[in-house]
Amino acid sequence: MEERMWKVSASPHLSDKESISKIMWLVAASLAPAGIGAVYFFGAHAAWVIFWAVVAAVATEAAIQKLMGKPVTVSDGSAFVTGLLLAYNMPAESPFWLPIIGSVFAIGLGKQIFGGLGYNPMNPALLGRAFLLASWPTHMTIFRTAPHGGTISGIDVETGATPLNLLKLSQDVLRQAKINPAEMPAQKVAEATEHISKLYDAYGNLFWGKVGGCLGETSVFLLLLGAAFLLYKRYIDLRIPVAYIGTVALLTWMFGGTDGLFTGNPLFHVLAGGLILGAFFMATDMVTSPITPKGQWVFGIGCGIITVVIRLIGGYPEGVSYSILLMNLTVPLLDRWARPTIFGGAAKK
Amino acid sequence: MGLSLSLRKTFKGGVHPPENKNLTEHKPIEVLPPPPLVVIPVQQHIGAPSEPVVKVGDAVKIGDRLTEPTGFVSVPVHATVSGTVKAIEPRPHPLGTEVLSIVIEADGEDAWSDAIQDDPDYEKLSADEMRQRIRDAGLAGMGGAAFPTHVKLSPPPNKPIDTFILNGAECEPYLTADHRLMLEHADEIVRGMKLILQILQPKQAFIGIENNKMDAVEAMKKAVREQGIDAKVVALPVKYPQGAEKQLIKALTGREVPRGGLPMDVGCLVQNVGTARAIYHAVAKRRPLVERVVTVTGRGVKEQKNLLVRIGTPFSHALEYCGGVTEDAVKLIMGGPMMGIAQFNPEVPVIKGTSGILVLTEREARVREAGVCIRCGRCVEACPMGLMPTVLHSLVNHKRFDEAKEYGVLDCIECGSCAFVCPAKLPLVHSMKWGKMELSRRMKKAS
Repeated sequence: MEERMWKVSASPHLSDKESISKIMWLVAASLAPAGIGAVYFFGAHAAWVIFWAVVAAVATEAAIQKLMGKPVTVSDGSAFVTGLLLAYNMPAESPFWLPIIGSVFAIGLGKQIFGGLGYNPMNPALLGRAFLLASWPTHMTIFRTAPHGGTISGIDVETGATPLNLLKLSQDVLRQAKINPAEMPAQKVAEATEHISKLYDAYGNLFWGKVGGCLGETSVFLLLLGAAFLLYKRYIDLRIPVAYIGTVALLTWMFGGTDGLFTGNPLFHVLAGGLILGAFFMATDMVTSPITPKGQWVFGIGCGIITVVIRLIGGYPEGVSYSILLMNLTVPLLDRWARPTIFGGAAKK
Repeated sequence: MGLSLSLRKTFKGGVHPPENKNLTEHKPIEVLPPPPLVVIPVQQHIGAPSEPVVKVGDAVKIGDRLTEPTGFVSVPVHATVSGTVKAIEPRPHPLGTEVLSIVIEADGEDAWSDAIQDDPDYEKLSADEMRQRIRDAGLAGMGGAAFPTHVKLSPPPNKPIDTFILNGAECEPYLTADHRLMLEHADEIVRGMKLILQILQPKQAFIGIENNKMDAVEAMKKAVREQGIDAKVVALPVKYPQGAEKQLIKALTGREVPRGGLPMDVGCLVQNVGTARAIYHAVAKRRPLVERVVTVTGRGVKEQKNLLVRIGTPFSHALEYCGGVTEDAVKLIMGGPMMGIAQFNPEVPVIKGTSGILVLTEREARVREAGVCIRCGRCVEACPMGLMPTVLHSLVNHKRFDEAKEYGVLDCIECGSCAFVCPAKLPLVHSMKWGKMELSRRMKKAS
């Protein structure tokens, strides 16, 4: 046999077809329906928000990696996905500089500063959103673009509020009316009751996306399409979404009503706001979620609890971003505590 | 994910590498003509190496004993061609180092030793007598691990065996040696199993075969029926590593071998189908282990075949018989693609545990540079031992060996499932092996 330099490495000598860039780009593809929907519902401005967020994210990563003398890895698609998710968490009418600043922060201080892909403790897109929300709260909480096809009787667009926001305001009125009936004018109570009734009737709007809100979170249907694809490819597992959404449904049913326990509307809470986007695309982010099945269940439940606490008791109408960021911080602990049982380790020696 | 487990006979974790068995599963075993020179290492088994009892210049016949075992966990090696002992010196060994080997130049007669004769009364032998013949024949586990068979069949009295399992799973992709053996020699395999049952006297017996070999399942069922053996032939769902001892026991009996323990700790004993056939040859015909079935495959070899090969045959001889290797062949592996050992020298000999000679092309091997862990958790899901490979990889690479031990690195069976699914192509098994080696080195130093 003629001489040849055989390749030598440790076993295994086969690997499956997955790679980091394949996963990232397919995640981006699964987010595409929601992005296209955003442009359909909110118009061309939404496309610009997405464009600037993505371009800024990719450019920031490339610039930082070059400055640090590291190989530029933007082709792996992870910065692209971060930009996309950040855009989806912003109002469609955001001025161009808002997503740019958000992306620079998200990639620079949310990812690269920790060492790049795989090292960040918190979801960079959500970190960017949290930064923008704290720094430019008005810009980030006014949703005046009427979605194509109509909204919930236009009440949300008029006030610039989202369905969740409206629910919170209306329920506050009703609660105040119960505590102090004399102080609350009847007209306001009637208005609040009517708003709630309209919101609770609007499942169709909420499901298809004819509501106000962040440009990527409104169409549950389009998001679920993308999520179904990710589940089929086994890039995400059902554990976190089921735990998260299940907990939110249960707790909002128990505590989310104004007539006592178990009078809340879980379906509304599941469909409204950023829960579907968060549960399927952000809480499941591989880098910032637990690596063990048990840990993932705990993570999902924790996100659910914090989301509901913020929605019902906290100052903000929406708690998804913060709940995920807070649970991200518990992941090293979960990875240590929720370890799988080692084979043959169940019986004590 | 976990719901179906209790209904199907399987284990937690595992992966589905592409099987590629179609390359050779329909090819009957061909006899590879013996090479002009054989190289027989004195160590082809787990345990103590054996010591030569022949000298350079001695004439030997096939089956003549070349070495004596040293200690209980040791077996002899035998001449696999007739000819003259040309040298006794260190020679390249497939496990990477050089091992003292007995080199025999064949005389072309291919004459067997007179001591190898059929014993018509073999079934009347006592268990101890059978074990002695098994030891004299130099038998070691032919599934790959090569653990001395007579030792395995001598469990201590405080570890009674109630379940015997014959392993016909052959879960490694590409390999079909055991498959062909079951199709072509089911009767001899089952005769060997009968002897094992006589020695162990278990309460129940299983034959575990993956269900991608239903023809083998039928062949074994037929042989079991014809010979009146009380054994259940079970077709198992295909999942790597179903053929790993612990996973096989778990799937067939539900029992888990305790950490750091052995199958006998849960009353079980497992033997490969090839070993069972060799046991029959050893006890009934006094025939030592001089040849075995090897699958020569992979798209890097011109013709893929299942060959009956003499122990000590250089890999190159088998590859030449198969038309040689292709232009784009990049990896030469002893064994299967998941746990096999990459070779750099094609002159290494086929040894007792060589189930396959695998030549992979660039495309098949898909050798890629390692990236960074993205914490996807696939390795944790894939690990059949319930470990967290990425954590162990990190710990070992940061030289935190004691923590790696605490996290279970010693429980790793090196099956390769983790590295197979890793999207970052991390060398996970490489790190596990390093961690285990370092811990073993430290324990030896301490004692």
